[in-house]
Amino acid sequence: MSPQVMTPEDVVAELRDGMTLGIGGWGSRRKPMTLVKAIARSGLKDLTVVSYGGPDVGILCALGKIRKLVFGFVSLDSIPLEPHFRKAREQGTLEEIMELDEGMFQLGLRAAAWNLPFLPTRAGLGSDVLNVNREIKTIRSPYADHTELVAMPALRLDAAIVHMNRADARGNAQFLGPDPYFDDLFCMAADRAYVSCEKLELADVDLTRHLLNRTMVHGVIEAPGGAWFTECPPDYNRNEALQKQYAASARDLASWDAFVKEHLS
Amino acid sequence: MSTLGDICAVACADLFRGDGAIMASPMAPIPRLGVLLARKTFAPDLVLSDGIATLVDDDGKPEGWMPFSRVFDTLWNARRHVVMGASQIDRHANQNLSCLGEHARPKVQLLGSRGAPGNTVCHTTSYWVPDHSTRVFVPDVDFVSGVGMARGAAEIRRIVTNLCVMGVSATDGCIRLVSVHPGVTLEKVIESTGFAMHIPDHVPATRAPHADEAALLELLDPGAKIRGTVTA
Repeated sequence: MSPQVMTPEDVVAELRDGMTLGIGGWGSRRKPMTLVKAIARSGLKDLTVVSYGGPDVGILCALGKIRKLVFGFVSLDSIPLEPHFRKAREQGTLEEIMELDEGMFQLGLRAAAWNLPFLPTRAGLGSDVLNVNREIKTIRSPYADHTELVAMPALRLDAAIVHMNRADARGNAQFLGPDPYFDDLFCMAADRAYVSCEKLELADVDLTRHLLNRTMVHGVIEAPGGAWFTECPPDYNRNEALQKQYAASARDLASWDAFVKEHLS
Repeated sequence: MSTLGDICAVACADLFRGDGAIMASPMAPIPRLGVLLARKTFAPDLVLSDGIATLVDDDGKPEGWMPFSRVFDTLWNARRHVVMGASQIDRHANQNLSCLGEHARPKVQLLGSRGAPGNTVCHTTSYWVPDHSTRVFVPDVDFVSGVGMARGAAEIRRIVTNLCVMGVSATDGCIRLVSVHPGVTLEKVIESTGFAMHIPDHVPATRAPHADEAALLELLDPGAKIRGTVTA
């Protein structure tokens, strides 16, 4: 494949109503917010969103873009509870959810990335995660131990969006911060992966920083400030003031309308 | 004279007795202070992250890389002891981080299950509850995120609260009282707990810090900024 250099609007044009969309990053850390904003402005709807959730989930919940949410948590880190997600859950506006242990979540992505139907784990055994997700089955080890294990099903994605510090036009991309999170798995679990980056030029750094290679990437988007108010070190820290303003906008409809008008339209 | 904050920090340190070279994962400032104290005294081998992705040694120097993917590796490997918080804990030591009310349409949406299901089945788990009340200690949790012994937990070591230290019974896995903090009455613990727990005939007082521990606590938490947050 030869990745294309695209705009956020080009990415949106390749997405369809009802798609399963993986969103990289973690909580309020290195989230692909320029791409999330493009989706927010679009007519896309009925998405299944798969995310280690932060404001990406909150915004798409508040705009009614999500039909089903697959999550282990939704948090803004410095503000532990995501108020827009909270509101959506408490008002019953999310049609369907799959709440997982965050390790099960990783294994679901990994199973999809490895083209496996499931991966076994102990995580989830005995917990209500299995009671509220009847489609998740357990299996017995075929070996002498006969251990009961959760068969975490693959979380196959139609598309994934992630934000990296640096990339090149061919689809190689680097993380320069402390943690790669699971952005490589999101890309490999997806039929099509779109990578926004702070700068379309690779940094001269250790090769272990090259998290994504061009076998994993279909489109590259140069988006300086692309993580918006979420943190993207070493390029920038979280904009706590703007995050506070975002969180406060869940207070009432007028506050949210004002936030959308200022930032999301 | 020890404060309640001193007592709780020392009780959190004592959680790690005998743990050796494992990763300690305190999820709040008081248990983190406990880990730092344990490492400076009886548990020098404990491994601790800076809370982002770097393992830091006793002098605060980086000694390893611990991004989330390796946290999962470490926890599935079982060389970890987590001290989690809890929105609810029930008599079977099941824990809820997810939501209050019906899961399909919760009255209050909380964080979500996070890593609690995996943590509890894979490795040693303790809890820190800074606001011991019948709101937290309920007969049955609304949603089981972290599992208790009857549901297959690896080990529920202790629950340290602002009033007492609890453990689980070796026979039925239900919550038992271990000690009550100095200055707190047994009656207060009982009326703040929403279920009947196992109570020994003689309830000891939670220990106070030794002189060297008290000095270290002042060094680790100057002016008791962290310890001062604990109230009965």
